Amino acid sequence: MALYGMGPFAACQMPPSFSAAGETIDNLFNGIHLLAVVILLGTGGAIGFVLWRYDHRRNPTGKAKYFSHNTVLEFVWTLIPAIILVFLAFYQMKAWSENKMVRPMAMVDGIQTLTPPLVQVKAKQFGWEFHYAGDDGQVETADDLYVEGLLVVPRGQDVVLQLESRDVIHSFFVPELRLKQDVVPGMSQFAWFNANQTGEVDILCTELCGWGHYKMKARLRIVEPEEFQTYLKDLRSTYEAPLASAAKQPSTTSVADAGVTRD
Amino acid sequence: MTDNLLEHTRTTAGRRPNVILRFLSSYVFSTDHKVIGIQFLFSSLIWLCIGGLLALAVRWQLAWPWSNMPFFGDTLFASNGGQISPEFYNTLFTMHATIMIFFVVIPILSGAFGNYLIPLMIGAEDMAFPTLNMISYWFMWPAFACVIAMLFVPGYGASAGWTSYPPLSVLASATPTETAQTLWVMALLFAGVSSMMGAINYLTTIIQMRAPGMTMFRMPMTVWAMFVTALMQAFALPVLTSALLMQLSDQVLQTGFFLPENATANNMESASGGGQVLLWQHLFWFYSHPAVYIMILPAMGMVSDMLSCFSRKPLFGYKPMIFSILSIAGLGFIVWGHHMFISGMSRMLAVSFMVSTMLIALPSGIKVFNWIGTMWGGRLHLTTPMLFSVGFVSMFIIGGLSGIVMAAPPVDIVIHDTYYIVAHLHYVLFGSSILGVFGAIYFWFPKMFGRMMNDRMGKVHFLLTFIFLNGTFFPMHFLGRMPRRLADPYVYDSLKDLMPLNQFMTVCAFAMGATQLIFIGNFFFSIFLGKKSGLNPWRCNTLEWTAPSPPPHGNFPVQPIVSRGPYEYSHPDRESDFWPQAE
Repeated sequence: MALYGMGPFAACQMPPSFSAAGETIDNLFNGIHLLAVVILLGTGGAIGFVLWRYDHRRNPTGKAKYFSHNTVLEFVWTLIPAIILVFLAFYQMKAWSENKMVRPMAMVDGIQTLTPPLVQVKAKQFGWEFHYAGDDGQVETADDLYVEGLLVVPRGQDVVLQLESRDVIHSFFVPELRLKQDVVPGMSQFAWFNANQTGEVDILCTELCGWGHYKMKARLRIVEPEEFQTYLKDLRSTYEAPLASAAKQPSTTSVADAGVTRD
Repeated sequence: MTDNLLEHTRTTAGRRPNVILRFLSSYVFSTDHKVIGIQFLFSSLIWLCIGGLLALAVRWQLAWPWSNMPFFGDTLFASNGGQISPEFYNTLFTMHATIMIFFVVIPILSGAFGNYLIPLMIGAEDMAFPTLNMISYWFMWPAFACVIAMLFVPGYGASAGWTSYPPLSVLASATPTETAQTLWVMALLFAGVSSMMGAINYLTTIIQMRAPGMTMFRMPMTVWAMFVTALMQAFALPVLTSALLMQLSDQVLQTGFFLPENATANNMESASGGGQVLLWQHLFWFYSHPAVYIMILPAMGMVSDMLSCFSRKPLFGYKPMIFSILSIAGLGFIVWGHHMFISGMSRMLAVSFMVSTMLIALPSGIKVFNWIGTMWGGRLHLTTPMLFSVGFVSMFIIGGLSGIVMAAPPVDIVIHDTYYIVAHLHYVLFGSSILGVFGAIYFWFPKMFGRMMNDRMGKVHFLLTFIFLNGTFFPMHFLGRMPRRLADPYVYDSLKDLMPLNQFMTVCAFAMGATQLIFIGNFFFSIFLGKKSGLNPWRCNTLEWTAPSPPPHGNFPVQPIVSRGPYEYSHPDRESDFWPQAE
């Protein structure tokens, strides 16, 4: 029964949130946990009390009370949880739609439109490829810039990822951004976030994808917008160098040396 | 009727003087529901040991990755220097889940206790279709054979997770587990057919074979729960069976039900495409979510009966309890999408699945309140089965509440496929279902074998299991950032600090495994040397306690006539604190 009190600490175990949307999720997480702990303490306490109070050794001669229902009580303990559950259901819809349904808008060539994807993420056994849009501003064209194992994004901007898989199902998980989306072969999906601080964190695969699933990792580096532009320029110059275009695969290490330090 | 049956048995036995044949027909290929129930019980308990050992191997790797595994490492992984390889780690957790779900929890609840208890509790002499019943047990054996055969093919087992998501599970021909993956599908097909035959039998028996006076609303909760479980199996299993056949054909006949165009994986290309990866998930969870309730409703029914008996008090809210399991069963068919919030399924659809999932918490909550109401004002006898029942209720509260947390899709974004989910499902499946099963074994053991299990050893077993199960599974709630199914989570710098906690959980898991030796010892000791129990050692109302212990073929010496409900404990008009249904 002492365990019942430990629920609230569950939330403390998540790393700090790097986005406003993440904080909304955290509030929801903590709020539902708080409710859960209250119910847990109530019902757990009731069980503890019953075990102590109604043990037959405390009542060696008497008989148990004979009753089989209590309409008012049952009505109350059906109605109150029902109200709470329906409230919870409606309360969280907004957070879900912001995270998964309403893709941010942006001005492109003077027209209000859905933010175009900044990066095309291609998951494969067992690694992550990140394809940046080239000069034409669109992914999936010939001039894409391709990096493996490191995703660099600007801080304070809406970043849209286009998620695709080369083979089996993977899942793109960044705990700090409270962002997770399965990457399904044959489908193209979008995920978005707006990071509010710089730093470098892990990208984890959270869908079993084969023997190397455990080591399918990448890093996410969030930098200031100016720094991001420098990074893209450096990346492009790597591509323009004849050697690199022959190899077609700029090595991760050369990109990692682009001059951003981990904080 | 009963006499006819006994007569019939005697004459058939008389016609077959051969002792071996007689042994085979009465203990092996028996059509007696009690023998079949005990057969299910024993095979499930053996698989429980195997599945438990697999879990310990998984825990070993999570606590001390890539180190020499104790006892088995040197022989099994001589080529790896005693280590578990990452491929084999995937096999371990896949087979752990497969065995625990399809060979332990489902067959022990509906196979063992369903078979044993339904005819006895409704006052019938046997099932409606005794031969079908026997075939339903023997259809488990091809499934067992498939799993045993996996040990002799490369990879030693399926490794695509118990959910077996394509393309990983289908495009396996370049990996060592190709044959094992096909055997896995076959094993589930056989197990499914077995459950389907059982379900039809239970439904017919409960509808047709009730004793005179046993109206539907005089049936004990156990029978109600088995009835609703059988309904769910009858409606959900055909979907799993057809999905499994589609996956089998994708694997063997190169079709592409679940493969997109130009699918490649595991260094192989598929011959066909044009299918849908998500289709498998929808079909699989359409069965597997109801299966979650198939794995808990029978335990809920049995716990309701035990709580009422040991509180010496009528079950609180008998009809609301029935309506809540009926609504759990109904809603259980429209909540499967909550396994798929972030799978790529329509994000709009997630909202409706969230609402239905929230709603299903309501009948579950009502049940918990009613169980507490049953104990309130009673005269509690804290015997071993009672302790396990109370353990069931308290663990179910934790598992149910964490279920509400993950029913919220925004929260599920974070905790999906992490150890938080592992915590939840183990609180429900181990903390609730298995504790319920242990309680039921202690409770009905005297009926099955005519002897009592040792109560002191039982209490020690309960206490240690309860402590170590919480030590193993509770900390998992704190691992919301640690993904499941990682052979070595510590390749991520951000997860390195979780190692000590994982080691603590592993130590608890090993201690919990060792605790079960007390149960095994008690079980076998009591079969042969336990105290004789007599007809009704717990002074319980339901019909099975009026039959001899153990009941003979045909169950009741005289046809019981039922004149009241099953929960008339401590009736004010009676001297004695119980009032058997057939008195």
